[in-house]
Amino acid sequence: MCDVCGCGDTEHVSLEVHQSLLSDNDARAAHLRAHFREDGVTAINLMGSPGAGKTALLEATARALGARRRLVAVSGDLATTNDGERLARAGIPAETITTGSACHLEAKMIEHVLHGESLGPSIAASDFFFIENVGNLVCPAIYDLGQTANVVALSITEGVDKPLKYPVMFRHADLVVVTKMDLLPHLPGVSLDALRDALSRVMPAPQAIYLSTVDEQGMAAWVSWLLSLREKSLRSRPSEHRHVHPRP
Amino acid sequence: MHELSLIQALFDEVERVVAPHEGATIRAIHVRVGELAGVETELFRSAYDVCRVAGPLAAAELSLTVEPAVWRCSSCESEIARGSVLACDRCGGTPHLAQGGDIFLDRVEAEVQHV
Repeated sequence: MCDVCGCGDTEHVSLEVHQSLLSDNDARAAHLRAHFREDGVTAINLMGSPGAGKTALLEATARALGARRRLVAVSGDLATTNDGERLARAGIPAETITTGSACHLEAKMIEHVLHGESLGPSIAASDFFFIENVGNLVCPAIYDLGQTANVVALSITEGVDKPLKYPVMFRHADLVVVTKMDLLPHLPGVSLDALRDALSRVMPAPQAIYLSTVDEQGMAAWVSWLLSLREKSLRSRPSEHRHVHPRP
Repeated sequence: MHELSLIQALFDEVERVVAPHEGATIRAIHVRVGELAGVETELFRSAYDVCRVAGPLAAAELSLTVEPAVWRCSSCESEIARGSVLACDRCGGTPHLAQGGDIFLDRVEAEVQHV
């Protein structure tokens, strides 16, 4: 080591950071949100367990709303393109994001689709863009996708304490859609009051719609919620400024 | 298991922070995980140990602190009791999550050489 100036000596340094590990995703999500706002697209991040009825809900939405509004969707799955194909058959232009081992969608995956040739123009021209997330009640919750609203599908067969067991997911929900309500008469121990109580302990402003895509109870409330969300998001739309960014 | 994805974000962030200190040996990193951040700390730790091997963080200990969730009323800032209904019993306002909803890289400790 140098006796004169100490060069070559090591020094212990402490570097203060205080940076969220989600900041890169959040910045990309903000970019997506700007696109959606400017294009007048209402984007719904639809989350829920595998088998909660997310795809069935979107199929029913296509039947109820498809003739009046332009619907587009992407569907995230670890494997297969089954859900994307179901949505396409229901009349919703759709693409599947096959995530491989990833258990959730991230903003960069949606960016890729939005700026892609095949579905990008349809998304920009759509009224509602549904992002059907990977079936998982844990991981997708923390990733902002630039959505206008987060919707969690919870089937009534899953158990009414699910909100308490998975508070992170429900904390992020703007709306909970309780699906498969036609099965309620076959579930003697299930109390809707207990479900409402559980939601009120994890969601600061709990909103829930109880529906069935089989007997169509609650579908009108769901459609009305979507249309009202769209109206609100269009009212807050920027009038002229468009943000500029380098195209990938 | 999104913890792996967060580890990648952690490595990118640490790399950015130490970039101005060429040749630095990273000794410790301090991460704060919110109770409602949706991160399983044991999985995060395992993922860290797997990913740091032979990389720039090979000699860096991971210090994890769990930050409890705190809900506060958006109007009067009263704290909402844990586990209770998320409504302010003082003024009826809607609560917001004041802490415990995110995961942060707080600090990096390193040895740097004088030049």
